Amino acid sequence: MARLTIPAPELMHSGHAACPGCAPALAMRLLLKALGPSTIVSVPACCWTVIATPYPTTALGVPMLDNPIEATGASISGLRAAADALGLSDVRIVGFAGDGGTSDIGLQSLSGMLERRTDAIYVMYDNEAYMNTGVQRSGSSPKGAWTTTTPVGERSHGKAEPKKDILGIVLAHRPTYAATLNPSFPEDFVRKAERARDLRGPRFLHVFAPCPPGWKYSSEQTIAIGRLATDTGVFPLYEVEEGTCRITRTMNALKPVAEYLRAQGRFAHLNDTDIAEVQAEVQRSWDRLRALARSAERPWPPTLSPPTPA
Amino acid sequence: MTRLVLSGNSAQSYAARLARVQVVAAYPITPQTSIVEKLADFVADGELPAQYVKVESEHSALQVCVSAAALGARTYTATSSQGLLLMHELLHWASGLRAPIVMGVVNRAVAPPWNIGADHTDTIAQRDTGWVQFYAESNQEVLDTVLQAYRLAEDLAVRLPVMVNEDAFYLSHTVEPVDVPDPATVDAFLPPRTPRAVLELGVGARVGSFTGPDHYVEFRRQVARGLESVLPTLTEIEVDYARRTGRDHGGPLPTYRVDDADAVLVTMGTMTTTARKVVDELRTQGRKVGLAKLRVFRPFPAEAVRALGATADRIGVVDRSYTFAGLGAAATEVRSALYGRTGAPTVASFLAGVGGRDVTPQIVHRMFDALLSEPGTGPAWMDLEAEREVTVRG
Repeated sequence: MARLTIPAPELMHSGHAACPGCAPALAMRLLLKALGPSTIVSVPACCWTVIATPYPTTALGVPMLDNPIEATGASISGLRAAADALGLSDVRIVGFAGDGGTSDIGLQSLSGMLERRTDAIYVMYDNEAYMNTGVQRSGSSPKGAWTTTTPVGERSHGKAEPKKDILGIVLAHRPTYAATLNPSFPEDFVRKAERARDLRGPRFLHVFAPCPPGWKYSSEQTIAIGRLATDTGVFPLYEVEEGTCRITRTMNALKPVAEYLRAQGRFAHLNDTDIAEVQAEVQRSWDRLRALARSAERPWPPTLSPPTPA
Repeated sequence: MTRLVLSGNSAQSYAARLARVQVVAAYPITPQTSIVEKLADFVADGELPAQYVKVESEHSALQVCVSAAALGARTYTATSSQGLLLMHELLHWASGLRAPIVMGVVNRAVAPPWNIGADHTDTIAQRDTGWVQFYAESNQEVLDTVLQAYRLAEDLAVRLPVMVNEDAFYLSHTVEPVDVPDPATVDAFLPPRTPRAVLELGVGARVGSFTGPDHYVEFRRQVARGLESVLPTLTEIEVDYARRTGRDHGGPLPTYRVDDADAVLVTMGTMTTTARKVVDELRTQGRKVGLAKLRVFRPFPAEAVRALGATADRIGVVDRSYTFAGLGAAATEVRSALYGRTGAPTVASFLAGVGGRDVTPQIVHRMFDALLSEPGTGPAWMDLEAEREVTVRG
C-alpha cells in the first residue's frame, strides 16, 4: 500500500460556502493540512471572504483576519511583527489572496512585503479573473479569455492582452522560496507547502485555481482541467529555492493546448489560428523554463551583493 | 521627571517610547519625518525594544498596525496630509476592528497646490471614520496626550483608535521645554494592553468577517458605544494623570475667562495661544471676551459646548480648514450642538490660518471685533489678502 503523503487532520471544515468544484477551496484545505494548526491566515476581499462563511461562523480551524483587497502583503508584515513582539515564535503567518488582489491592486503591498523580507507565506490562488465580483478580467486573466469585461462581440475577441507574469515579478524580489502549485496534483502541492512551511523569510505560492462558473465548465471537471493545464504546459509545476529552479512535473512532450482550451466555455470563441498562437506561446514559455531549470543561472538579475539571508 | 527641550515631533517619539509600543510602522512624509526618524534611533540604540516595520506606503503603515493590533500588540504610527488621505480606507478598518492604535498626525495642507503648512483639512476630512481626534496646543500637550491616548484607546469600554494632532511647524518643528515623566510613572499610569477579541493561535475564529443587515447594524452600534464612552473615560484618565504628573489639560473643551463673557472664541491647536493673549488684552480694555479650546473634535463634546452656550451670547468658531461646506467644520458642530436651545447664542464661523498662514493677534482682534459688533452667518475668511485675491484668478 502506498504511503499517504497528505496529512489526515482537517483544518478546513465542511459547511463552507464555496461553489461545487471550487479549486480555491481545495487549495485552502491542502495548504492547512501542510501548515498545521499553528497558523494565522489573513484574507483580503476575494472569493474566500465568502467561502469562509459569514459571522458568527467560520470554515477554518485556525484564526483568520480579514483585510482590504490591496493590503495583504502589509497585513502579514503586521502579523509577523506582532508575533515577534509578543514572543510567538512557532507560528506560520499566511496571506491568502486572489489574483486580482495580488497581481493588480495588491502588487504594491506584495512588493513591500517581499522587499522587507517578511517571514511569511503569501499564497495567490489564481482563478484568472475577479470571480467574487462576477468574472471581470484581471491582469492575471489569460489572453483570449472571455470575461464580463472582455466580452466576445464584433469588436472584441476576449481579453486582448497576455497574462501578467506574477512569479517573474516575485522572483525579481529574490524570495526565499517560490513555487507553482496545482490542487490537481495534491502530493506535489502538499510537499511544496511543507517546504514553504519549513523555510523562513518571504515565500510565495502561486496556486492554479480553476473556477467552474467563471471558466464555464461543469463543476466535476475541475481536477481534469487542472491536470490538463499542467500537462499542456499552460501552468507548469516548478519551484525556485535559493535561486535554483527545479521543474517538479517533468514532461517529455506537452499535450496539445487545444485539449485544455476546448474544455472551457471562456475560450469557445477561439479559432484554430488563435489556438495555434497560444500553442506557440506556451511552447516558448516551456522551453524557456526548461532552459532555466537546466542552467545554473539564477532566475533573477545579478546583484552586487547576495540576497540578505532570511 | 526630566525636562527636555523638544519639538512636537520629538514629543510624539518620546511618548511612544514611554508607552512601550511594541510595533511601529511608518512611511515618511514632510513634516512627520522627524517623529519616525527619532523612533528609528530609539530602536537602533536599544532604547525601544519594538518591531519597526518600514513600509512602502501609508496605506500599508496603517494595515501593519491594524494587523499587529489584531494579534494583541500595542502599535504606533504617524503621518500627515496626503499620507492620512491615503490611509482613509484603513481608518475605517481600524475603528471597525476596534484596534486601539495611536497615531500622531502633523496637520498639513492638502494639495493642490502643494503646501506643507499647518492646516486641519487632512484630519477634519477623517472625522467620520470612528477615530478619536485630539488637537494639541503645545509640545507638552502632545506628549501628555499621546500617553493619555493609549490609556483611552485600550480602555475596554472604548477600544477605538486615537489620533493626536499637532500643527505643522508651529509644533512639529518648534522646540520648547517639555516635562518628560519617568518610565516608572508612565508604567503605573499605563499598564500593558489587555487584548480582547483578538486572534488566538489554535482558535478557529474570524476577526473582521462579513455580515448582512442581520448583524451589521449591531456592529456599528458597538463602535458608537465605544465613542460614547470616550469623554467620561477621558475625565477619569485626566484625573489620574494629573495625580501622577501634576498636569491637567482640561478635558475636551478647556475654557479661559468665559464666566461673564459676552463673546467667546472657539479655537483649535496652536492659534489658541495667540487668542489667549488677545483675550487678556481685550479684558484689560474692559471688553468681556473669553476663549474655549476645542481639544477633542471626535467625539464632539456637545455637552461642554451647551454649557458654554448657556453663558455666552455670541460664539465665534475658528476653522483652520475649508471643507467646501456652508460653514467651517467646527462651526457646523457648535451650531448643531446649540440648535433648538432656548436663548442659544449666535454662532459665527471664521476661517483663518489655512495652508499655514500665520494667525496673528491682529486677525484674532478682527474676529472679536466682528463678534462684538455684527457677526454674519459666515463663513468669513478672516485673513484673505485683498490684493492677492484679485490677482489669483483663472
